Amino acid sequence: MFDGAPRAEFLGGVRAELPLLLGVVPFGLIFGVLGLAAGLPGWAVVLSSSLIFAGSSQVVFAQLWGGATPPPVMVATVGVVNLRHLLYSAAVTEYLRELPWRWKLLLAYLLTDEAFAAAIGRLRDGPATAHRHWFLCGTGFTLWSGWQLSTLAGVLLGTAIPERWSLDFSIALTFLALLVLSVHRRSDAWAAIAAAAVVLPALALPHKLGLLVAAGVGIAVGMFMRRFDREKP
Amino acid sequence: MSTTALLLTMAACGLVTFLIRLSFIAFGRYLPDDPRIEAFLGYVPPAILGALIGPEIFMLGGNLNATPDNPRLWAALVALLVARLTRSVLPTIAAGMAALWAIQAWLA
Repeated sequence: MFDGAPRAEFLGGVRAELPLLLGVVPFGLIFGVLGLAAGLPGWAVVLSSSLIFAGSSQVVFAQLWGGATPPPVMVATVGVVNLRHLLYSAAVTEYLRELPWRWKLLLAYLLTDEAFAAAIGRLRDGPATAHRHWFLCGTGFTLWSGWQLSTLAGVLLGTAIPERWSLDFSIALTFLALLVLSVHRRSDAWAAIAAAAVVLPALALPHKLGLLVAAGVGIAVGMFMRRFDREKP
Repeated sequence: MSTTALLLTMAACGLVTFLIRLSFIAFGRYLPDDPRIEAFLGYVPPAILGALIGPEIFMLGGNLNATPDNPRLWAALVALLVARLTRSVLPTIAAGMAALWAIQAWLA
């Protein structure tokens, strides 16, 4: 056995990530199709997958671009959509503390929802060997490859998918599934309901600020409702 | 907007996303360790996802439709039920799409 060797850790990460690709590949395909539909050129849709590399924020980026949003609002909105990655960064930091900078930069770039979800169990509960960061590298690399290829395939398929299939709805369904997974307490649900209710009138706000305002209201409502949660998480 | 503006905006979005991911990995010991910040961050995912979902369900072709004849509303409720039962992404997408297609075929 190569127990704890870089190669074994990396392949372990690849194996842990593969099942998650089942959900990621359709999302990438749909994003490719949607990005074109929103008015982005094909190269920009593909480039966003390596440059931004965060699925839901790329969808938001395409939608805001299609709506001629001022660039500062686009950057702020993408930032808020990806703010949850702060939690992942905080969670993995103690396992990466001894690594050189090039490793920290690489693993930070690869730190997505799915790569984190598949790797945190190994990092937290597995043996504390010197090469365990290769596991996160394996999950991150696998997700990265699947995301690039599926986005590219979506752009190439692009116009071949008829509009009456309503494939764009699967983006909403992906968000819905992720939302259910992120609701652990009553106050989480209130944060989501408040944001969803506020966003509809807030869409009329100038400069496409609606999403930011709605997210802010949702967070505030969640923080307020926190005191009524029955058990501490 | 020009190609240059698109590239610059996308690069800025990528940089912000990267810095968020790098934050604690690189600068952890300089960042505040406050349970209130953690609580705040905990509400970011549900709030942002709720804000993203609302228009996807209720805005059809740029018009608000929050009435019972909106097929996406019913398909979303089916998906919500499946998501709560399975806690898994793929069955949720499959059930929601199947429900939407069934309702659209029924209405057609």
